[in-house]
Amino acid sequence: MAFMGDVLNPLPLWQNGPTPGSFYNFPGNASLGPVGRTVQDFKAHSANPITTTTTVIGLKFDKGCVIAADTLGSYGSLARFRDCPRVLKVNDLILLGSGGDYADYQYLKDIIEQKIIDEQCIGDGLQLKPKSLHCWLTRVLYNKRSKMDPLWNNYVVAGIQDGEPFLGAVDKLGTAYEDATIATGMGAYMATPLLRDALEKGPLDEESAKALVRKCMEVLFYRDARSFPRYQLGVVTADGVIVEEPVELKHDWTLAHMIQMK
Amino acid sequence: MLSVNSNFPEYAVPGAKQLRFEPYADNGGSVVAIAGEDYAVIGADTRLSTGFSIYTREQKKLFKLSDRTVLGATGCWCDTLTLTRLLQARMQMYEHEHNKAMSTPAVAQMLSTMLYYKRFFPYYISNILAGLDADGKGCVYSYDPIGHCERSNYRAGGSAGAQLQPLLDNQIGLKNMQNVTEAPVPKDKALALLKDVFISAAERDIYTGDCIYILVITASGIQEEKFELRKD
Amino acid sequence: MFRNQYDSDVTVWSPQGRLHQVEYAMEAVKLGSATVALKNKQFAVLIALKRAVSELSAYQKKIIPIDDHIGISISGLTADARMLSRFMRTECLNHRYAHDAAMPVGRLIALVGNKMQICTQRYDKRPLGVGLLVAGYDDQGPHIYQTCPSANFFDCRAMAIGARSQSARTYLEKHLSTFMDCDLQELVAHGLRALRDTLPNESELNTKNVSIAIVGPKTPLRVCDEAELTRFLALVEGEERRGGSGSATGDAGPAPDRAPGDDRDPQVAVAMDTE
Repeated sequence: MAFMGDVLNPLPLWQNGPTPGSFYNFPGNASLGPVGRTVQDFKAHSANPITTTTTVIGLKFDKGCVIAADTLGSYGSLARFRDCPRVLKVNDLILLGSGGDYADYQYLKDIIEQKIIDEQCIGDGLQLKPKSLHCWLTRVLYNKRSKMDPLWNNYVVAGIQDGEPFLGAVDKLGTAYEDATIATGMGAYMATPLLRDALEKGPLDEESAKALVRKCMEVLFYRDARSFPRYQLGVVTADGVIVEEPVELKHDWTLAHMIQMK
Repeated sequence: MLSVNSNFPEYAVPGAKQLRFEPYADNGGSVVAIAGEDYAVIGADTRLSTGFSIYTREQKKLFKLSDRTVLGATGCWCDTLTLTRLLQARMQMYEHEHNKAMSTPAVAQMLSTMLYYKRFFPYYISNILAGLDADGKGCVYSYDPIGHCERSNYRAGGSAGAQLQPLLDNQIGLKNMQNVTEAPVPKDKALALLKDVFISAAERDIYTGDCIYILVITASGIQEEKFELRKD
Repeated sequence: MFRNQYDSDVTVWSPQGRLHQVEYAMEAVKLGSATVALKNKQFAVLIALKRAVSELSAYQKKIIPIDDHIGISISGLTADARMLSRFMRTECLNHRYAHDAAMPVGRLIALVGNKMQICTQRYDKRPLGVGLLVAGYDDQGPHIYQTCPSANFFDCRAMAIGARSQSARTYLEKHLSTFMDCDLQELVAHGLRALRDTLPNESELNTKNVSIAIVGPKTPLRVCDEAELTRFLALVEGEERRGGSGSATGDAGPAPDRAPGDDRDPQVAVAMDTE
């Protein structure tokens, strides 16, 4: 039977030609595929985040806003980078927090910082306001999503807009909203109820707002598997922006033996 | 083994097996607009949500485009934000070029064109435009996401649109009833009806709730009103 | 016949270090009718004198709204001004679209200045033959800017440009110290008086030939309608006209002291600022 050659994988009929029983792919035909092709075929786009960070919390109080986020950069389920600060002082009026892909955040952070430097170079004494940055982020993220190449982030913009506290969020699609409490990622499920509940009971001052946010970070640390006990807290008031050095969360697992694992 | 992708690349469907980024979101929300002889009322709930979580309970979804035109938009919120920003810029350009404000029918036509411009990557929005036309009569225009435009006297849209519309058909359109005489709807009745249909929608639709923000457009200007809905 | 050999195009320097084409463009501004801009602590006001080409034609529009918070008044080639105003409108719209805020006036002027500079440096372009007075209001209060075809721009407390505008500037300089603390009515009255000083003896200001635009805090730019013009004009009606003598010939114009056949460069009163 050797004269029949390899029946399952026959040789081409001629050099670079079709093999028996198969269609011939004419050279140069590759680009004549179905017309429904998207830009995705020509350029690699991010379809998912790589190094990720988790929740950002934002809370408005009577004279300003507070933002908190932990410093962990996760690689899937691996807790890979332990010092990823993501609470940023933009200028004297704006504090920015970010969750999601850390590389995308660093990319946009550089652009924002350059934007601020350019503005300072004009030297007319005007400063970018939080509402403007919030809107600008909406445009940037929406344009990227429209190219099917999103920046995989959630941003929380806090600041002082014409003397009043401002707190707004933007997600990777460019979905934007303002609210007195914002929590992204897992925080949307675990911190938001705590924050909204506290706010319903009455207005907060700076100290109680900070205490509330610290409590939320603790709750999140116990339940969010992608969280970390080291976090950063930033406060913006009319006096300016302060981003604290990362602090270590005191955690206590002595009650762990109470949990019955089935 | 013959595989479609390696042996017959012409027949492969691009991206079919890729995990693709989803550029749309459903952020819910409902709008109702009713036009009368010399007024138009339009209301939208203020809940902005995604899946089972609520982004915010106080998101206004009505956009005052001029002092006689209001747009209500629900659906994919990021598209809404973009479309309304673009619309406002286009309206200012019109005003500069023509030295007058845009009339509601003109806005209605432009909105249709702008939606169709994105025919193959549409704005995922349910738009309802309410206002006074050139004769001062109330008018309501409703759209599908790719720019089909229709003028009517009442319309419900958004996540609870399918539940709200039959109720309006019955109460305002007097559909499927015998021995009824058609009469113009007074403003107070329209306002009361609008609140009633939203209360019903909030009972059944999880994406509708928290509050309704109502704008009443008359020749003397636009009045605002807020009405609380259930917040669960 | 005297002919200047250094003005063939904008890229040619004269040995004195001057660009004659640019200086000629500066002269175009003085051909337009006069316009005045001034401000107090809150408001910026534009007042312009409109001209009709003939009895049969309408008065040429002099004030162009740019955005809710900026308006310009033009002197010189109207067509060039239209091009500039379209650019300014687009910039304001883009800023609003991206930042949800009004464009700061100074930044817009800087963009306009950069745009105008390009055509003073390229052989295939010509300088714009229009001067602008820009009135605007932003977070830093009211602003008045003047722009020139030379692409210079100046932040002013009050300014007048156009034909015979020297008389208006004389008036403005004389009363400059009072502007900051006067109210809007007085401010407009000052502007009207300054503008009136540019008129020849036989003509008067009226609702047909005057345009007024006002911008201020919570006051989007408004070009006054006829009723409002009548009220403002009533403020200065029947007053003794000050330096309204026919001797005011506007800007110094071509220097009279030049003898015919003098081979020096033509003397232009307002040269480019070289600082």
